[in-house]
Amino acid sequence: MSSLRGLVADTLEFSSVDGPGNRFVVFLQGCTFDCLACHNPYTINPCVDCGECVDQCPSGALGFTTTGAVTWNPDVCLQEDHCHAVCRYASSPKARHLEVADLLARIRPAAPFLSGVTVSGGEATMQPHFLRALFDAIKADAALSRLTCFVDTNGDAPASTWKLLDPVLDGAMVDLKCLDPAIHVALTGSDNARTRDSITRLAGRGKLHEVRLLILPGRNDDVQLLEATGDWLADIDPRMRLKVIGFRRHGTRPTPIPLVEPSREHLERCAGIVAARGDFSVTVV
Amino acid sequence: MQLTQLVNDAESIVTSPAIGYDQKVRRLAALAVSALPYPPLSQACQEALEKRVICDMFEGNRPYTPRYVLPDYAKALRQGVKHLELDPPQDLADALSFLTILYGHVPSVTTYPVYLGDLDALLEPFVPAEMTDAELDRTLRRFWIQLDRLLPDAFVHTNLGPADGRVVRSIFRVERSLRQVVPNITLKVDPEVTPDSLIEDGVRTVFATGKPHFVNHPMMVRDHGSGYAAVSCYNSLKIGGGSHTLTRLNLREAAVRQHGGLEEFLATGLPMWVELTAELMQARITSLVEEQHFFADHFLATEGLIDIDRFSAMFGIFGLAECVAELLAHDGIHDARWGHDERANDAAYRIVERIADLVAARPQPYCAGGGGAAYLHSQGGIDLDEGVTAGTRIPVTDEPGMRQHITACAPLHTHFAAGISDIFHVDETAVGNPQAMVDIIKGAFEVGMRDFTFNLADNEFIRITGYLVRKSDLVGIDEHGARHGSDYLAAGSERTFHLTERAVKRVGAHELAPRPGR
Repeated sequence: MSSLRGLVADTLEFSSVDGPGNRFVVFLQGCTFDCLACHNPYTINPCVDCGECVDQCPSGALGFTTTGAVTWNPDVCLQEDHCHAVCRYASSPKARHLEVADLLARIRPAAPFLSGVTVSGGEATMQPHFLRALFDAIKADAALSRLTCFVDTNGDAPASTWKLLDPVLDGAMVDLKCLDPAIHVALTGSDNARTRDSITRLAGRGKLHEVRLLILPGRNDDVQLLEATGDWLADIDPRMRLKVIGFRRHGTRPTPIPLVEPSREHLERCAGIVAARGDFSVTVV
Repeated sequence: MQLTQLVNDAESIVTSPAIGYDQKVRRLAALAVSALPYPPLSQACQEALEKRVICDMFEGNRPYTPRYVLPDYAKALRQGVKHLELDPPQDLADALSFLTILYGHVPSVTTYPVYLGDLDALLEPFVPAEMTDAELDRTLRRFWIQLDRLLPDAFVHTNLGPADGRVVRSIFRVERSLRQVVPNITLKVDPEVTPDSLIEDGVRTVFATGKPHFVNHPMMVRDHGSGYAAVSCYNSLKIGGGSHTLTRLNLREAAVRQHGGLEEFLATGLPMWVELTAELMQARITSLVEEQHFFADHFLATEGLIDIDRFSAMFGIFGLAECVAELLAHDGIHDARWGHDERANDAAYRIVERIADLVAARPQPYCAGGGGAAYLHSQGGIDLDEGVTAGTRIPVTDEPGMRQHITACAPLHTHFAAGISDIFHVDETAVGNPQAMVDIIKGAFEVGMRDFTFNLADNEFIRITGYLVRKSDLVGIDEHGARHGSDYLAAGSERTFHLTERAVKRVGAHELAPRPGR
C-alpha cells in the first residue's frame, strides 16, 4: 500500500449529506478557493505554526514541538474550536498528516453500514496522488471494494487530475459557485474556467453525480444569470441532478461577511428558474 | 385482597371521568382477577416478586389467556373457522371481512389481538390482477381505518415482507397517508430477498409515521423457523404459537443485592435469580394450562389455528446498564459505562451470556416452541420502572454515536430469540437521503443485530418501546381520557421518563394489561 501521506482535516464515520447513501467522509486540508461563503473556513489553508491559538485553547490540547511547530492532543481536546475562531490564516492546528492505511483503519469498522466514501475538504483534488492512492487501496481491499468512491469538489482541478482519478473515481459532486467568471472571482477569489471544464469533462465520463448551486441573494441570483446557468447545464446534460442550496451563516468565518440568507420562497423561486431550462432532477436544501 | 379494597377500587374505576367505557370494562375484569389467589410460589419467589426484583408484568393473579397468541391466519383462510361459522373467503372483500371478524375473537393479555398476520402474504393471493393500485389503496385504506378504530391499541401488530409485492407497497402508501397509531408494523428484511427499494419504502414510511420496525429475517428463521412474527412490541414468536407469559428479572435490583462483584454475581447471584424468575414463570404456565384449561377449550386450539407445541414463554431481563455499573463499582471500577468502555461492555456480554445459558438449561412445561425452555427477551420496560434502563439498552441520552452504539449492542442480539429493542434516533437530514438509512439497517443486520428501530427527531409519533403514540394524543389525557388504551401507558411513561423533552427519545415502556386503580 502507498505510504503517501495526505493532510487530513477530519473524518466523519456516517454522513447522509455527502452523496448517495450513507458515506464515510474524509475532509482534506487546503483549498484553491477562498470563498466568502465558505462553511469550513478552517480547512482553507495549511497551518503556518504562528501559535496564536495555543494560548486560547481552554483544554490545553495545543502546544509546540521543540522546533516550534504547533501540536494538538486529540485525547484532551474538548472540540470547542476556539483555535478555529482565532485563526487569522483560515486554518486549523488539528489537521493531520495521515497515511492511506490510517484512513482504511478508520473506514473498515464503518464499512458494513456504508454505500461508499466521499473525499471532501477543503478541496479534495488538491492532493490528487493521495486521493488516487486512497481510492486504489479501497478498490483493492476485499472488504471495502464494494464501496463507491466519490469526491465533493469545487471543480478547480486540471484535466490531468481527472485523468489520474478516472480509473478509481465513481462519482463527483461539483460546486458551481457562479457561471459568470467575474462574479465568480468576486465570490471565490478565482476564475471558474477549470470548474466549467471539470463539469463538462466529468459529465462526458458519466461521473458527474450532481452539480450544486449555492444561492447568495444579491450576488449570484440574477434571473438572467440563473437562466444562463440552466441553459449551460442543460447543454451538458438536460437530465442532470442539481442541488440548489441556500446560503446559511452557520459555520462560516467568524469575521463579518457581506452575505444574507435567502428565504425559502426565494430559494424555491431561484431553483424554479434554473429547473425550467432543462429536465433536471432538482433538490432544494 | 380485602373486600373493602376491592369495592373501593371498583368504585374508583366506574366513577373515573378520565377513562371511557371500554377501558372501564377491561379494568374491572383485571380487578376481579387480582382478587383471586396467586398460584402457589415458594417463600423466596414470593418475596422477590413483592420486592419487584422479579416481576410478572401485572398480567393478573390467575392467567386465563396466554400473554400473546399468534393464530395461523393462513390456515384459517384456507379451512375457515367453524366456531365463527366462517367459510374460506373467495375474494378480497371476503378475506378482509373474514379477518376483521376473526380479530375480534383472538385473545391476549391486552384483550386485543397482538398479531394480525403477515398481511401482505395473506392478502396477495386475493388481489385480482385487474385491480388497479388506486382501487387496492382505497380498499386497504378502508380496512386500515377499521383496524385503528376497532382495535384501538398500539400493541396490535402486523408483519410485512421479506418479499416485495403489491400489497406491501399499498400498505406503505396507505400508512403514509393515514398516519395512524394502529396497527404497529414490522418489515421482515432478508438481504437476499428484500429489494433495497422496499426497505427504502419502509424508511420513508418511518419518516411519516414512525413505523415499521425492521427485523433480521435470516436470524429469526434460524431461531424460530420461517413461521415467526414480531408482535406487540419486539416480541418475536412462532406463528400458530405464542407466549404463555412474560416474567422478568430486574438486573439492577439483583446487582444491588449482591455483596461481591461481577464474578460472584455470575457464579452465585444469577443462578439464584434466574431460578426464582423461572419458578414464577412455571407457576403461571402451569396455572394457565392445567387449571384454566385455555388450550383445551379455546376454538383457536381446538380448530388447530394454534398448537400448544408452538408456544413457549418469555424470560425478560432489564436494567443491564445499572447492573453493570453496580457490579463494576463493587469491583472498584467507577468510570466504565455500558456502551462506552470495553470493561463495561465485556461485563454486559458475560452477564447476558450467563443468563442465556441458565435460561436455556432450565426446563419449562408446555414450552416445546422454545425446545422445552423459555425464550430470552430484552424487556422494554413499563411505565413504573423508574431509575432503571429498559432491557439491555444503553441509557437514554448516554448513547454513543450510531456506529459505536450498533457495534456495542449487536453482540447481545443473538441471545434474544424473543426480541430486543435498541431504538436509534436520527436527525432530519436523513429524510433527504433514505438510502442512507437503508445502508445502516442492512449494516446493522450484517453485524448481527436482530431488531432495528429508528425514530426521527421531532416526529409527531413517538415510539415508547415497540408501540407508538401520537404526542398530540397525550395532551390532556388526565382530564378527558384517550381513544387508544396504549395512550394511558404512554402518558405514564412520559411522566416517568420525560421522553418528549429529550433529544433522544428512547425510553422504557411496556406491554401491560390494564391494571386496577390506574
